Amino acid sequence: MAKKSRSSGLWYEAWLRFKRNKLALLGLFMAASVILIAIFAPLIAPYDPVEQLIWTEGRQVRLASPSVKHWMGTDIYGRDILSRIIFGARISLQIGIFATIVSLLIGVPLGAIAGYTGGWVDDLISWLINVVFAFPFLLFVLAVIAVFQSPSLRVVYIAIGLVNWVGIARVVRAQFISLRDREFVEAAKALGLPRGKIIFKHILPNALAPVIVQATLGMGSIIMTEAGLAFLGFGAQPPTPSWGLMISEGQKYLSMGKWWWAIFPGLAIMYTVLAFNFLGDGLRDALDVRLKR
Amino acid sequence: MFSYIVRKMLYAVPVIWGVVTIVFILMTIVPGDPARLMMGQRGDPETLARIRADLGLDLPIHKQYTRFLKDLVRGDLGVSYRNNEKVVDALMTRFGATLKLAFWAMVLAALLGILAGVVSAVKQYSIFDYSAMFIAISGISAPVFWVGLLLLLIFAYTLHLVPGVGYVPGDWRYFILPVITLGVRPAALIARLTRSCMLEVLTQDYIRTARAKGLRERIVIMRHALKNALIPVVTIIGTQVAELLSGAVLTETIFAWPGVGRLAVEALIARDFPMIRGTVIFMAVIFLVANLIVDISYGFIDPRIRYD
Repeated sequence: MAKKSRSSGLWYEAWLRFKRNKLALLGLFMAASVILIAIFAPLIAPYDPVEQLIWTEGRQVRLASPSVKHWMGTDIYGRDILSRIIFGARISLQIGIFATIVSLLIGVPLGAIAGYTGGWVDDLISWLINVVFAFPFLLFVLAVIAVFQSPSLRVVYIAIGLVNWVGIARVVRAQFISLRDREFVEAAKALGLPRGKIIFKHILPNALAPVIVQATLGMGSIIMTEAGLAFLGFGAQPPTPSWGLMISEGQKYLSMGKWWWAIFPGLAIMYTVLAFNFLGDGLRDALDVRLKR
Repeated sequence: MFSYIVRKMLYAVPVIWGVVTIVFILMTIVPGDPARLMMGQRGDPETLARIRADLGLDLPIHKQYTRFLKDLVRGDLGVSYRNNEKVVDALMTRFGATLKLAFWAMVLAALLGILAGVVSAVKQYSIFDYSAMFIAISGISAPVFWVGLLLLLIFAYTLHLVPGVGYVPGDWRYFILPVITLGVRPAALIARLTRSCMLEVLTQDYIRTARAKGLRERIVIMRHALKNALIPVVTIIGTQVAELLSGAVLTETIFAWPGVGRLAVEALIARDFPMIRGTVIFMAVIFLVANLIVDISYGFIDPRIRYD
């Protein structure tokens, strides 16, 4: 019981520190706005994201510049870009969340085992981490995707997760190394608790703060990677309203001065990545975590 | 010193072995028959069988692996499924363009990033500080390919100050936008890091001593503070090489730049697995070598580093 109130006290103190940080609050607000937009997309979006409005509004709705009716203009198929960007938040967050889950599922156990066990197990896992780190992130994800016959959203988040876990594993490993000789771990060992219970029930909760920070900061780079994959044609496929795909489709028309198709989705990516970066930085300061980036 | 360098190089060997092994596994579990891929629908069964034998695809997997490693040690990365070009030759022809792009992007990023970081730290909480850091955080959060397209839209298609996409060796105007595009992110990271390191260094006792001696502020900043603040910055330049290579994949695609990044994308589109394998291994090795150089040069920059 006493332990519980102490730990909630730590989180409460972190929240007090977080609240004082303006950029952190801005990040929280921005991230919350993206999440809400994604959840309530059908209610907010003025049009259907895949509906080609040429049938209802006529041919002039193709690549129409931003107007009162279509705030961000329309694309060559006469689809409303604002509505596609609103629905695109779903794709980005979905990939961000699922790829993070995959990263956690791989990175947390491997990092924990490496840090707790030490010895050759640690050497082996650390070696694997160094190997994956040696690949240029995007290129390695592309190589993993190449293994699957056809790119789908599931392939994309699994591939990103398979590469992204190393950052999580590093953080967890470092935490376990610094915690494994603490008294409460000694006590748990002395009680004869099984190893799995010591790792996951006693040490892991104490190692959570840096994992949360790392996962939050990772959201930004995952969303950026998804956009890059879609841009290259290896991620979301048409007519999915993926932001990266929209930039790719719209780039052909830039030289004709039709900028809105490619430029607005980029702003959406920037806004979302910025949100998670501010939020992650704020969490890091609030939870007092030292991370190597 | 020498034994330190040798030891660092030996550390890299198991990592490189891991890299090539993972790439080998990935490219081997890929579904589809490479012989069919090479011949298309034309291949009769005998030709297909001959190609499979040529490529060693009829061997058991562990034999394929040892053959692959042996070839690799001899500098042979196989031939492209697409046009029978040697993968190594393709990499060598394309690497020059990537190297030029990455080199100038890094130079630009280092100059701009360090300058902005120093001024931001010295004039902390000034308008310059706020706007520089705002630009930096935006630069980190914007996708590389979108920055490239934005630059094209503004400077090539609207203002007509520079030519559009393409690569003309020797014509520096074609370099401007790709170099800026690729340099934005590292510049932003370097600026942020330089600023925070400078702020930390500026509170040190030896800075107060330098000022107390009556040295001019410029000397204090340049000679006493910056020199020490730059040490972590050098490290990040090493890690940025990996990001730069990832960024090159996208930048080269936008600007029709005939480098290794675009080669990789073309190979991926064509499902040309030897070429994919070659580009990925090549880039990972470049990254490891770059980090090795940073590790070694660290000793020269930071006298506190010991080699034992």
